[in-house]
Amino acid sequence: MKNEFQVIADLIEKDKKVLDVGCADGTLMKFLKDNKNIHIRGLEISKEKVQECIAKGLTVIEGNAEKDLKQFPNKSFDYVVLSQTLQAFLNPELVLDELLRVGKKAIVTIPNFGYWKVRFHLLFKGTMPITKTLPDEWYNTPNLHMCTIKDFFHFVKSKDIKIFKSLALNDLNSSIINESNLGVKNLFANLGIFLIEK
Amino acid sequence: MNTEKNIKTLIVNKPLKLDCGKTIKDFPIAYETYGSLNSKKDNAILVFHALTGDQFVTGINPVTNKEGWWSYAVGPDKAIDTNKYFVICSNVIGGCMGSYGPSHKDPDQKIFGTNFPVITINDMVNAQYNLLDHFGIDKLFSITGGSMGGMQVLQFISNFPDKSKTVIPIATTSSHSAQNIAFNELGRQAITADSNWKDGNYTSKDTNPGKGLAVARMAAHITYLSKKGLQEKFGRKLQEREDLKFGFDADFQIESYLRYQGSVFVDRFDANSYLYITRAMDYFDLAKKFNGNLSEAFINTNAKFFIISFTSDWLYPTQENKDIVIALNSIGADVGFVEIESDKGHDSFLLDVPDFLSALKNFLDKSYEEN
Repeated sequence: MKNEFQVIADLIEKDKKVLDVGCADGTLMKFLKDNKNIHIRGLEISKEKVQECIAKGLTVIEGNAEKDLKQFPNKSFDYVVLSQTLQAFLNPELVLDELLRVGKKAIVTIPNFGYWKVRFHLLFKGTMPITKTLPDEWYNTPNLHMCTIKDFFHFVKSKDIKIFKSLALNDLNSSIINESNLGVKNLFANLGIFLIEK
Repeated sequence: MNTEKNIKTLIVNKPLKLDCGKTIKDFPIAYETYGSLNSKKDNAILVFHALTGDQFVTGINPVTNKEGWWSYAVGPDKAIDTNKYFVICSNVIGGCMGSYGPSHKDPDQKIFGTNFPVITINDMVNAQYNLLDHFGIDKLFSITGGSMGGMQVLQFISNFPDKSKTVIPIATTSSHSAQNIAFNELGRQAITADSNWKDGNYTSKDTNPGKGLAVARMAAHITYLSKKGLQEKFGRKLQEREDLKFGFDADFQIESYLRYQGSVFVDRFDANSYLYITRAMDYFDLAKKFNGNLSEAFINTNAKFFIISFTSDWLYPTQENKDIVIALNSIGADVGFVEIESDKGHDSFLLDVPDFLSALKNFLDKSYEEN
């Protein structure tokens, strides 16, 4: 399981109720279910991925987060997880609001467009950056609203969303992001993980 | 129990009050079982059949000598694996494969015809509930069915919220739409317009409204297929002829196909049962009792739901299946949902659609492992 999922799992206490939005093949869900006795549910747009989840015995709903989150009642989950998908929505702000309405807390991870390799790629090659977390070409990427850790940090603050924990992840390790080290983390992390609440 | 014509029958002695106000008692429910009930009695699956189905789910139907209606899904090593599970299915009341219906005789030994009480989906499941007592099953492992079978699934878990561990409604709706009612009315009108229908007394007058029933079946059959599926299978292909004949014979293969479907249906189905069962479907509106709030229908159950729809099903489209998912989500129920890609229309659930069958199998087997 990828490092990101391990970090997310560490943020969630045992026995909680969790919704994984864009749960893909259910890797994180399965881990949470088996290791932390989490009451886990998934929402996934891809039919193939939904089938993979069913084959793992996971409860998953085929659907689109931009349309289908509204059916869940307020604060019906302890945590709602959204991994590296926020930037792919037509309206990420709306989705973020929905995550925070449905979940008591939300865990959102974003691929960091401020990562030094991304910056260098654009600066020196002059073409759209391709990295491990951003593997697609400009013409076939699902990403519509790329942002940096710094952008997201400021964005949630401006919306009066409380940040409980923010972590910077690179290939090797994770570290705490705070107001004072934001610039550095924004340069050296390829992923940001935010535990937030409204 | 009697085994007349290979039909197993349970006589229900307990009176059953029907939605129409009448009470029936000492009435037969015809059923069939597949696989065996384990000692813990925790492996039973109650399957509900659709409009023209019956209790003979799989294998050779001993009455029609044709394959059972859900042979693709039910049997040894199939999605509903009868090596593992004990499958029970019964003919709905109002039906014509041995359960109490309009072709039965009233206490005065006259065939009921249209004097049979109008029954509902609620009445059907209340009648079938007696099978649990008969087999000494406290809790089913699963209930499932497609189309009208799915309506019975929803009604069953609403009426008996702790009687099944898992719940699988397929290609169904919680409330019959105007379009659904319209198609059913078309079928009923075709039957009653047949001069051989004789106000429903055709048996005693030794006739049969076969033409009307065949037309009803033909119209309904179109609703079970998709436009694309029909086009791919038949297109404008001609039936055993080089060119158009400028007449009203079946020039096109699709005409011939529908006529065939109509004619074989008449051999195995009772016209009055068709009226009664379509009426039951039309009256189905699960949320009505709960002032339109469908969630209330499921508020008392902890069962695990898995809802399945098909992309090309325009009779019970994905949205109507999703409305059930939404109602369940809004009360925090355990519900999964998948829409299966298929060109085969509403009939997809009866056919060899591998994604559907594997989803069904995986859901059942994984849920059973957690037992």
